[in-house]
Amino acid sequence: MSVDQKTVRRIAHLARIAVTDEEVPHLQGELNAILSFVEQLNEVNVDGVEPMTSVTPMSMKKRQDGITDGGYADKIVRNAPATEDNFFLVPKVVE
Amino acid sequence: MTELTHLTISEARDGLKAKSFSATELAQAHVDAIAKARALNAYVLETPEKALAMAKASDEKLAKGEGRALEGIPLGIKDLFCTEGVVSTAGSKILGNFNPPYESTVTRNLWNDGAVMLGKLNMDEFAMGSSNETSAFGPVVSPWRNDGTHLVPGGSSGGSAAAVAAHLCLGATATDTGGSIRQPAAFTGTVGIKPTYGRVSRWGTVAFASSLDQAGPITRTVRDAAIMLRSMSGPDAKDTTCADLPVPDFEAAVSRGVKGLKIGIPKEYRVDGMSPEIEKLWHQGTEWLRAAGAEIVEVSLPHTKYALPAYYIVAPAEASSNLARYDGVRYGLRENGKDIVDLYEKTRAAGFGREVKRRIMIGTYVLSAGYYDAYYVRAQKIRTLIKRDFEEVYAKGVHAILTPATPSAAFGIGEKGSGDPVEMYLNDIFTVTVNMAGLPGIAVPAGLDQQGLPLGLQLIGRAFDEETLFAAGQVIEDAAGRIILPQPWWA
Repeated sequence: MSVDQKTVRRIAHLARIAVTDEEVPHLQGELNAILSFVEQLNEVNVDGVEPMTSVTPMSMKKRQDGITDGGYADKIVRNAPATEDNFFLVPKVVE
Repeated sequence: MTELTHLTISEARDGLKAKSFSATELAQAHVDAIAKARALNAYVLETPEKALAMAKASDEKLAKGEGRALEGIPLGIKDLFCTEGVVSTAGSKILGNFNPPYESTVTRNLWNDGAVMLGKLNMDEFAMGSSNETSAFGPVVSPWRNDGTHLVPGGSSGGSAAAVAAHLCLGATATDTGGSIRQPAAFTGTVGIKPTYGRVSRWGTVAFASSLDQAGPITRTVRDAAIMLRSMSGPDAKDTTCADLPVPDFEAAVSRGVKGLKIGIPKEYRVDGMSPEIEKLWHQGTEWLRAAGAEIVEVSLPHTKYALPAYYIVAPAEASSNLARYDGVRYGLRENGKDIVDLYEKTRAAGFGREVKRRIMIGTYVLSAGYYDAYYVRAQKIRTLIKRDFEEVYAKGVHAILTPATPSAAFGIGEKGSGDPVEMYLNDIFTVTVNMAGLPGIAVPAGLDQQGLPLGLQLIGRAFDEETLFAAGQVIEDAAGRIILPQPWWA
């Protein structure tokens, strides 16, 4: 499979990465090089094979559903580019 | 007396205990060496004041006879580990001046054992790369040169490997998603181990591909790797994939030898166009292990050739999810836009480098509606087959597998991957299978090529059996002799 320029723009938008007109053909070439490299996976017979879901056999650790951390909103927002009263600030989302 | 920066971790530990020198002297010697080595670009942030303050505290502990496992040992920290109050960048512009209000479990464990932080080490952006050329802070220059040509130290832990090889720390933390510890170790004549998935907590380490990422040390000897890994490892309630298993005394395994062990040689690793030098080195390693009493058997791992392409679906897919958090809202860089989507798109366009964008986009594509089964699910099925290959070999009584670490020695800066990204990806052909199967792998220096550049061998172990890798790795180190590291032409 290979991607056309329209698809490159669609993927970039899905990934929330702005791309310029000059970048699109380069990205298209690079993405197609990778897609053609992974094409060989179609040779493998995967009938009846379970997809891997856990790298090492282990059961999920569980704990009591209780509050174990928190209470420091100022610390959480300290690295944010824009904040007000311990909230993150973004452009208006809802009209 | 040997220069303080030329000691191994075990020698420094003994010297500190015997009061032959102080932790402060040891830290100062490294601080001075780092200041003279900026041409290598190995450190992105030097923390000399922190180093000296930590060393002073270590001297007080040592004076009272309360020295811990790594008391006073100066280490470099890959900039993928979040360090409290010390800017952590992951080699990217998008994190800006992110100053973590918390400490990663790995670094916390090291400080709890008395280690001293020298600074943060350069790396490929978000650990995506095999040459350290994708860093937003510029490439790392290897201390090794080929006729004066500057070489890459490998990647993504290129700063870690270069700093250890150039005597700018006694050991360094590193991470490995597809070979990022073992390949730079092989390129720089150092030792690097990627432990079993789940041996080391991933909490507080910037995520690339969560089912593949694992931290480990890069050091100058096998024994040092064993010492450092023990301190880095252990159960952690903050990481649900971190195993609740006791950490063995890895150092005790170093002198165990390989007598009676069965070592597998996988025929599928003899790839087309393999250089005769690598072939010879691999054969030499086999003979060393045989001479030390191991039984050598040929084994088959039939799905080997599919590991790298499957990796380039799984890893970008996980990366595209993990890196969705860099949106210009909660931390790091922000580029303003006319609405929130525009803000996201502009921020991510400005903050991510080319390789990272490429991988996020591949990951987004293979996870998108209509392609998920054809790409992602198929790759995860192939991953099951790769893991099964190893399980079948181990079920036949094989204790560890010997392979080359890389298909070649280090290459020049700017030499690879400018047109076709796949050219660079092929560096990880021997290492990536290990991540796909979650197994431990160690790279040990085994010789020099005709240009005088280091080459490494890789040993792959059973899950949670790093001890056998240290035992067999030591046999290779003893037989090959310690590599003579380059003279400081940069100082």
